Amino acid sequence: MVNVEDYVARTEGTCGKEKDVIVIFKYDKKDEAVQRIQRKATLKKSIAGIVSELTFKQYSFRLYGSGKAIFRDLKDKEELNRLLSELLS
Amino acid sequence: MDPYKIREDFPILKRRINEHPLIYFDNAATSQKPRQVIEAIKDFYENHNANVHRAVHTLSQEASELYECAHEEVAKFINAGGMEETVFVRGTTEAINLVAYAWGLHNLKKEDEIIVSLMEHHSNIVPWEIISRMNGFKIKYIEINDDGTLNYQSLENLLSKKTKIVCVSHVSNVTGIVNDIKRIARIAHEHGALVLVDGAQSVPHMPVNVKDLNADFLAFSGHKMLGPTGIGVLHGKREILEKMEPFHGGGEMIREVSFNPKTKHCSIGWNVLPWKFEAGTPNVCGGVGLLEAVKYLKRLGMKNVKAHEEMLTEYALSRLQDCCPKIKIYGTKDTSAKCGIIPFGFEGLSSHDIALFLDNYGIMVRSGFHCAQPLHEILKLSSSTRASFYIYNTREEIDRFTEILKEIEQF
Repeated sequence: MVNVEDYVARTEGTCGKEKDVIVIFKYDKKDEAVQRIQRKATLKKSIAGIVSELTFKQYSFRLYGSGKAIFRDLKDKEELNRLLSELLS
Repeated sequence: MDPYKIREDFPILKRRINEHPLIYFDNAATSQKPRQVIEAIKDFYENHNANVHRAVHTLSQEASELYECAHEEVAKFINAGGMEETVFVRGTTEAINLVAYAWGLHNLKKEDEIIVSLMEHHSNIVPWEIISRMNGFKIKYIEINDDGTLNYQSLENLLSKKTKIVCVSHVSNVTGIVNDIKRIARIAHEHGALVLVDGAQSVPHMPVNVKDLNADFLAFSGHKMLGPTGIGVLHGKREILEKMEPFHGGGEMIREVSFNPKTKHCSIGWNVLPWKFEAGTPNVCGGVGLLEAVKYLKRLGMKNVKAHEEMLTEYALSRLQDCCPKIKIYGTKDTSAKCGIIPFGFEGLSSHDIALFLDNYGIMVRSGFHCAQPLHEILKLSSSTRASFYIYNTREEIDRFTEILKEIEQF
């Protein structure tokens, strides 16, 4: 099982009605994190390699080439950690 | 005013983010700092650092002179009646809390009412809600029109002899809409109410003359006007500040603390203004940084600052509407009624998606509620993306911003 903390620099709950969570990957691990996630998840849409809309199980999220991702409709941090752990492994 | 020349003073603007030149459009959150401010802070710590008003030695005198000079210059900048009317605080939030606690707690009774606008930043709502829960007075909220402008009729309808204070921002931090403070002060004063103005988004961007506005309190932050964080200002009319109780207690804010062995109590005399409201060792270095920031803005001329931002806002609105047919710009587009803040969004994309997309290209904008959730609820927005301009922004940056937003429209 992968250690999520090895890849994630910080997570930020967004301000707004949407209650999204933004995950910022560590600078030296971001390319690896993006590749791992892209291998696991299904690509729905992409713009010029800048942003990809992906799905994994019942989750839908957007992944940015800059090493950031935005997740929606997550209950709590544990759910996010479980999801990231699966995506990064 | 030449923004290209100004940019040379801002080291951070040479940065590249994600391999793109930095475009900083988050000025309503905080401004970048010119070399002159950075150097003044460095010089203070390298050459003049000491506690103020506490010692007879040379360094303390130098630090005290700099700190007092900062008060004087800030007072002149807003045409206040001297440093007695210019209290240094941590920022706008603390300035409003100071009024809420030091004036509101002592002057607002259960039967009283206060009026707050619904376009306020949380910092001009929450302190009043807290004090209201303590004292039981009623808060009435001024309605907002569909285009985000203040409903002046609503204000007039709410005012009564029960109204003790009207709390309103000069410029909305979400829409950039400029409120007519002179008009608000006139009608509030006719009803015997005081007026507190949140000037966080006006003082850095336009000429502000407190005598002309005739507001009783004006709060603003140093970090939004080229100064460092942790320093801000509460301007208050001298006669009101003199009658107010202190906010915090401690050193500096007292003239004397004398123990009476008979009563077993200390008798306390407050210091003169503005020190009565500056308990403890103040943020001297912050004051020095703010002094330099004010000097910088004065050299540019606030009329020129305002004109530059108006030009950028007009240009941005026109480019965005021409090039991005799917964009939704919130609030009025009348540039004569607003400052350099543009809130916007795209159907089906959250404000954070837009901000992350722009970040990928080195463009920094804000997303979310911008600490103004009630206004978003009234405008029926789940959140908004906000671009806000300042003295160092250029038309070329707006062109680049527009190009990137065109890409977002493909999503």
